[in-house]
Amino acid sequence: MLNRITSQIDFNAEALKLRSERQRVIAANIANADTPNFQARDFNFREALGNATRDIASPGSTSSAAMPRSLATTDSRHVAAGTLSTLSLGAKGTPLQYRQPVQGAFDGNTVEVHQETANFAENAVRYEASLRFLNGQIKSMGMAINGQ
Amino acid sequence: MSLFKVFGVSGSAIGAQNVRLNTIASNLANADSISGPDGKAYRARQVIFQTQLTDANDQASAGVRVAQVIESDAEGRKMFDPKNPMADESGHVTMPNVNVIDEMVNMISASRAYQNNVEVMNTTKNLLAKTIAMGS
Repeated sequence: MLNRITSQIDFNAEALKLRSERQRVIAANIANADTPNFQARDFNFREALGNATRDIASPGSTSSAAMPRSLATTDSRHVAAGTLSTLSLGAKGTPLQYRQPVQGAFDGNTVEVHQETANFAENAVRYEASLRFLNGQIKSMGMAINGQ
Repeated sequence: MSLFKVFGVSGSAIGAQNVRLNTIASNLANADSISGPDGKAYRARQVIFQTQLTDANDQASAGVRVAQVIESDAEGRKMFDPKNPMADESGHVTMPNVNVIDEMVNMISASRAYQNNVEVMNTTKNLLAKTIAMGS
């Protein structure tokens, strides 16, 4: 019963958590805009949200198709894909991916500051949107409990 | 809450850019220092940035640190000034190898990077303030 009440909140809470993770990844990109050989990173948000909310039975989450991709290891010395740079998202980790630069830099740095700034702003707005959804749900639940 | 780690990441970047700005200021200030403590002309200094993980288990929290400050070994320009006590046998004085134009460009780049990181921290601060107010 309570499960059904909180499942919708859980979905938005996971989205909020992932938004904050992405905020951190993009902040690291901007911070390293002048570090030689730094590779800009990001992750597939859709895939990550699918991984994070697979267990939540919710009418809002339709993410059955998003299975994490993995490389076959046929030798014991093979390094499994994603082991080196896995986000700290629990067991359902989504791998960080490297961004393809439009125009590479001379020092091997692949950060494009204007792109990252735009991503950062976009992510901040989406974070706020998730927050607002969450607030609305909490408010309507409170209204249902109080009966007014 | 991973948003708090943004302050660590951006803070380290601001610190690194700060060192870079200091180095540029030192280079510009010493653009005409023909004799230092070792009796030789000043050499332009450059900082080398390096990625530093603020959390060893977390590849996403990549901050910045200044790995080292190197001295440029470019040839300093020679100025003909036989009356100068620092002049060599041919009457030339070795000037510092500071390229003022390079330093000014470098300064603009450092200042923009600094501003970017401050902006990131401000946005994150606002988001956190709104998160704290959640449900009220």
